[in-house]
This record gives sequence, structure tokens and C-alpha cells, in this order.
Amino acid sequence: MKKMEREEFGAHSRRTFLKSLGTVAATAATAQVQSVAAEFEKANAEKTVGPGAVPVTLTVNGEKLSLMLEPRVTLLDALRNYSSLTGAKEGCDRAACGACTVLMDDLPIYSCQKLAIEAQGREITTIEGLAKNGKLSPVQQAFWDRDALQCGYCTPGFIMSVTALLKFNPRPTADEIKHACAGNLCRCGTHPHIIQAALQASGAKVTSKTEVINA
Amino acid sequence: MPSWPEQTKYISKSTLRIDAPPKVTGKARYSSDIQADGRLYGMILRSKWPAATISAINLEKALQVPGIKAAITAKDLPQTVRFYGEEIAAVCGTTKQACLDALRAIEVTAQPRPFVVLEDDAKKDDAPQVWDGKSNVSSSPRGSGEQGTVDQAFPECAAVIEGFYTTPVQLHNPMETHGNTVSWTDEGLTAWASTQAISASRDGFAGPLKLDHSQVRVITDFMGGGFGSKLNGSVEGVLAARLSREAKAPVRLMLTRFDEALAVGNRPSSFQKIKIGALADGTLHAFELDNYGTPGISGGDVDLPQPYIYKVPNSRVKQTHVAVNAGASRAFRAPPHPPASYAMESAMDDLAAKLGMDPLEFRLKNDSNEVRQREYKIGAEKIGWKEKYQKPGSSPSVVKTGLGCAGAAWGGGGASRNTQGEAQINPDGSIEFRLGVQDIGTGTKTVIAVVAAEMLGLKPEQITVKVGDTNFPPGPGSGGSTTCASISPTVFDICANALQQLQTQSGIADARGDNWFAACKKLGVTPLLVHGRWQQGDPGRPLSSSPAYGVQFAEVAVDTETGLVTVKKIVAVHDCGLIIDTLTLEGQINGGIIMGMGYALYEERVMDDLSGVVLNPNFETYKLSGIGDVPEIEITLLNMPERGVIGIGEPATIATAGAIANAVANAIGARVFSLPITPAKVLAALGKVPPFVKS
Repeated sequence: MKKMEREEFGAHSRRTFLKSLGTVAATAATAQVQSVAAEFEKANAEKTVGPGAVPVTLTVNGEKLSLMLEPRVTLLDALRNYSSLTGAKEGCDRAACGACTVLMDDLPIYSCQKLAIEAQGREITTIEGLAKNGKLSPVQQAFWDRDALQCGYCTPGFIMSVTALLKFNPRPTADEIKHACAGNLCRCGTHPHIIQAALQASGAKVTSKTEVINA
Repeated sequence: MPSWPEQTKYISKSTLRIDAPPKVTGKARYSSDIQADGRLYGMILRSKWPAATISAINLEKALQVPGIKAAITAKDLPQTVRFYGEEIAAVCGTTKQACLDALRAIEVTAQPRPFVVLEDDAKKDDAPQVWDGKSNVSSSPRGSGEQGTVDQAFPECAAVIEGFYTTPVQLHNPMETHGNTVSWTDEGLTAWASTQAISASRDGFAGPLKLDHSQVRVITDFMGGGFGSKLNGSVEGVLAARLSREAKAPVRLMLTRFDEALAVGNRPSSFQKIKIGALADGTLHAFELDNYGTPGISGGDVDLPQPYIYKVPNSRVKQTHVAVNAGASRAFRAPPHPPASYAMESAMDDLAAKLGMDPLEFRLKNDSNEVRQREYKIGAEKIGWKEKYQKPGSSPSVVKTGLGCAGAAWGGGGASRNTQGEAQINPDGSIEFRLGVQDIGTGTKTVIAVVAAEMLGLKPEQITVKVGDTNFPPGPGSGGSTTCASISPTVFDICANALQQLQTQSGIADARGDNWFAACKKLGVTPLLVHGRWQQGDPGRPLSSSPAYGVQFAEVAVDTETGLVTVKKIVAVHDCGLIIDTLTLEGQINGGIIMGMGYALYEERVMDDLSGVVLNPNFETYKLSGIGDVPEIEITLLNMPERGVIGIGEPATIATAGAIANAVANAIGARVFSLPITPAKVLAALGKVPPFVKS
């Protein structure tokens, strides 16, 4: 998986930025920030979009979606409410439950935390895009085989997280699966079956310890 | 008298969940996915005051927000608000964004009133009254009483312990929030409801909106969990209906995660002062409980079935309900067993320690139930009790390990005797079952297919199952672990009737299996519609019964420097009569354990006494068990066909918290008297930090 390098955060660390302020009085600093903000606004005036609806083109499951959206519309909202792709679910709308997980250029993201306009030019894959020609993907099939779902509301998110994991790590350990799914919540308590499903999808042998005693 | 077949092909085996394909492909349409033509979005404005009189609500500016189609007040004014989050107004519009803007534009004039949100504050004589002219405290005659002679019995005991065991308010937090898509026109009202009970949901629309039941149809194809909180009609549903009527369009109104923590139910708290004593031989002899807890503003039940699964000859119980300014409680998976089990099982271990007895031996001595006796022995073997059990606190090293166990019983409702259903058998041999129940994730649709396939000699995938529609024959709400025991005998009866009628119409003596298609072909052009209903069956070998038992063992590791508890393993031994589908049953038990683990270690609704608000109305601060927390779970199932079908959803969650709490106490040699068992409480129990006391 792509590692975010320290340098990518920019040439200035927080420490050097604070240092650069030096002995400048706080009031001066505030004035400076305001003037910089004004400069930015001027420079970007022609680039500003919204607040009204603007044309947005998304590439979802290999197909172009042309929509008119207010810039504040999230990718999740765009999928669920401006197209018929309701597979990604809204569980919290604040990056805590993972039910809205989709892939953006193969990386799993919370679609509730990505503005639709920001997702333009990226390859978005949703749960609806996994099965090909009516055949379930190996991860989907494994979720069915291991009964890795109950109410099923968190399931699309878990399947997307596991799908992303297997792209980068085809033979994960149970701990790596747990790590990959740490951002997904399930209230029905299906987790043990989800781990089994992910292992099965990776080709590992999975056995159940459940014993039935005929009494 | 009918009874279940002795030899089975599908029953008691593992059948893959029949509705998994739409769920794993995103094709399943949940109530929150319904995209009705011309649909609008609805949102609710909630009180930011824990208690207030709302004298005026100005909706003008909200109605001027572009895209807004209707705005209404929740009630006639003046409205008395009794908890933070109570509904005061609602809007609908063409986008979510417009609704957000409109909520901000609503002007509310309110006179805040004094409030109280903590149980101990609400008990004080001078506490603000949640309900005017009524004390916050009411003793429960039903939950109180005495048998034997308790005051005489305690001095006769060889060992007596006392403890003050407390449990928090727990939030249901299903992954799909509460809500509906509602279309109300002159023809009637249709609601796609995220509900556990389509019939109760229908009545919950019809009553407040003064509609005939026949004018309301509730549809629940897929819903995202409820755990007891979606058994009722709902304020948000009625608001959505009124918005739909006014805006002349379907309205989808789903609650936010924030709303979910405030107004749609919770498990009541408990504060249990327990005194319990045993004779020198370890026989329980005397028990006393003084318990109070809060169901929020409601008159909901906080009574606990103590001394739970144990028979104590001398027992006195006093229970008190305390009203506070917080959202009303609702049924929550196995109400009210988990808090009762946690406290009683903790007290059992504490008493065993004082007697110097092994807590498992102590249970076997005092629990006369034969099924649990057997389950304890199986569980002890699986977890290695004999080899691993050490006296409390004797685990060496910084990270201490411990073992604990606890038992459960769930009488529940057994089954709903009014459950009905029908099947349409077509001349081409296809067959569709229709039952007015709903699948909340437990595998209800799969159970219907398994039973039908078994009885008709077909394969489960040949059975079409339709549930979740009030136009179908009536069935119970998914509560009390009654669904499986209600529908299995009903499908049995439908199948028996179908075979009889097919025989009459086709002249083929046995239409099952290989003869099925030939028999159906003889129907000509008219499909056969067969009705059936729940049957008791042979009383000696009933089709369904009650109760279920079950025991669980926990193995934990406790870091005595950080206080962190890690559950390493849970061994669960359960019975539910005749097993229908082992695979989905296993899922139910995993789920019960993981939810019980959240109750033991992580979950607690926190109220702020100064502002009256819920401090953790989100998943960042209200912690559920995550996949990284989940321990190894080993399940053993006793299949007992002679008892018929019994539900499992609830018994599976009862014993977990008690077993974990006992394992923690066993590891560190000190009792944490309060759920959730947080690192801070563990360190306090070890005397490493002072206990948290509210000033």
C-alpha cells in the first residue's frame, strides 16, 4: 500500500512554521494571515465554485456519471441520492462506521468524507461494481459462504475494505484482516465470520470450531 | 399429532443465507435506500434544552429556503419538552443540504426549565420534577417482595458478602438508523419502514394519523438492525407521514447517528445493592437486593429478575424507578436480563471467593437446572477450567490472566400463537411463501426456506420467500426471540396443508420430492393458495417451546499497569431446542457475545449533569466492540429436537458481561463493581488510582 511520506506534508513542519513567526507580535501575525487570505481569495476568484449546483463528472464502476451537485454534496450523497447506487450505506456520516466505504483508485475511503467534486478524475468502485457478469467476486462469494453478514447494512463497507486489502496483500493474516477492517463497525457482531470470509477469499483454509452435540 | 421429522436433510444442518446475494452485491434495498419517484428528504429539529416550554416556533424562514417543500411543528404549542433531543419541528425538501439549511432557519422561543439527568440527583427530595406534580422516584410493587425470613437467615450464613453493582444506560445503535420512507396520498399511506415489527409500525401510523389500519401498508424488505429499539410505532414516522401529506410527495426521513443516541430507546441503568449469604456447605441461603435505575422519561420497566437463575430460600427484593430528563428506554436484547446476570453472577463469584470455593463448583451446587449443569461441564472442559483456573489474584506477572463463567435463561414469549402464513404453489412447481414477519438479520427468510424445503422434499433455493409486508398474513414482531419458534411451526402447517391439498387435486399420494412437479402440473392453470398457522404439535414432542438456557466462559488478560482488559477467549454452550439452521444460529451467538462484550467493557451513554445533554452521541465516543477487540469464540450447541424450536437471539447475549466481569475479578483479585469495566475502573480497583467520584 502507498506510504504517505513525511515530505509530502510540505516543506514546512509545524515546528519550523512556528519558529518562522519568531518574535512577530500575535496581532501582526493575525493581520498577516488575514491579508494572505485576502490574496488567496482574489487569486482564486475565477476558480470558486458554488454554492449553487455545478456540473460534476464521476467515474463509478467504469462508467461516467454526469451530475449537477452543490459543491458541498459528498461522494456518498452523490452515489445514494443523485444516482441509483445505494449499496454504500450511511451509518454515521462522519467517518466513524465505515458503512460508506468505497474504493478510490483501489484505496478504501469513507465516501461520506469526500466531496463529490474532489472525486472527479478518480476511479471509484462501489459494491455494485464488484460482481462481473452476474458472478460474485471471490470476496462477495466468501462473505456468502461464511455467513459474514446478518442485517447486512455494514456488509458493503466490510467487503470493500477486504477487497482493497487483498489487492495489496493477497495472503493476509487474521491480524492484518482485523487491521484492514478496523475502520468498519458491525452491530450484529458478525466479525468472526468476516475474518473467516476474508481468509477464505485469500485462499486460506478455514475451519469452524463450532460443535453440535445431539442431545 | 404432528411433530418434526426424525431424519432431516436441511433442518439442523447449515444452509447458506438465502438473501445474502442481494446483501453482498448492494442490490438489497433497505428502508433508507428507497428511491420513490419525486421523493423528498426529511429532517427533524430537536430540542437543545433538556427541559423547556416551547411557546413559539417560526417556520417562515425555513419555508423560504430554496427546495424546502414543507415545515411542521411536532406538536401543538405550547409544547413541554422533557429531554435533550425531543422532537420539536420537521422539514422536508428536495435535497439534504436544503433541509440542513432549513433546520438552522427555524426560530424557536423557549423558556428553559430546571432538569435533572443523573439518577442519584433525581432521587433527591429537592430535585426538579421530570413530570409536574409527580415524584421522580416510584417504587415497583411488581418488582419488589419477600419470601422466607431474610433477617433471620443472614445470621445463619457461614459467609455473607455485600456489593453495589452498577450498569450503565446502553444504546442500541443499529447500523441503519431509525426511519422511514413514507408516501401518504388520498389512496392511503405506504411506509417503507426500518422496523422490527411491521404490524406495530402500521398501528403506529394509523393511530396518531387517524387512519384505518386497512389504509396503511408497511413494507420492510431489508432493514439494518434494531435489537429491540424498532418494535414500536415512531414519532419520526408520523412526522414523515405528515410532511408527505403536506408536500404531496414521498418523504424519506432517516435519523442521524446523533439523533439515534437521544430519542429512540436505550437499556435502563441499574444500581444494585446486593447482600447474599451461603451456608457452610455452599448452599445459597439469603439474598437481598435494593435496586434503582432509570428508564429516562418513560415509565419503562427497570425491574430485574433477581436473584436471577438461582433459587435462594430467603429473598427480599426492592426495586425503584427513577425518572430523569433523558430519552425513554425501550426493549433491548434480552430485557432486563444482562444487568441482572452481571450483578448476580458477580455476587456469586464474590461469595464463592469468601467461602473459598471454586466458583464453577459453587454454581453446580446452587443451579439445579439440568441443561445448564450439562452445559457448564462441557464449557469447563472446552476452556480448560481444571488446568487453568487459579484462585483470584494469583496470576503472576504484570499482565494477569483470569477465568470466569456465568449462566443464562430466557423464557421470553416462546412463540406467537397467532402467527399465520400462506404459500402460493404454481402449476410450474414454483412456490412462494408469504409471512407478515420481517428479517432483521437473524435469518428469518432462510429459516422459512429450510423448513419448507425439508417438509416438501425440495431444495432451499427452490423456495421463494417474501416477508416484510402488512398485506401478508400476520406474524409477530421480531422481539423476545420468538420469531423462529413462531414461523417454523407455521411453515410446517402450511406445508402439511399444501401436501394434503395437492394430493386431493392431483391424485398423487405423496407430492414431495420427485413427485412435486408432476403434482403441481395437475393444478392446470390455477395456482394453489394454501394457508397455515402456528401449531403446538404433539405435546410430548412439540413443534416449538421455551425456555432456552446457556452458559458462557471467558478468559481475559488484564494489564495491571494500564488497566486494559483484553478478552482472549469466550466459550459459549447454548441450547435452543431443535436447531433449524446451524450457520445463521452460529452468527446469532457470535453477535450476542460481541454485543455482551461491548456492554461489559466499552458501552455507556454519558449524560452531562450541568447542561443535560448526551455527551457521546456518536461512534467516536460511544464505543462498540470493534473487529480488533473480538476474541476467539468457541461455540457448542446442544441440539434437542424433542423440545421443538426455541429462539436464541437473546439468551446468547445474557451471560457474556457476567462471565467477563468474573474473569477480570479472577485475574486481578479485586472486583470492578461497575460496567463498563474501563481501564480507569480497573486501576481504581487495584488501588493504583483514586476512584472517580462525582463532586
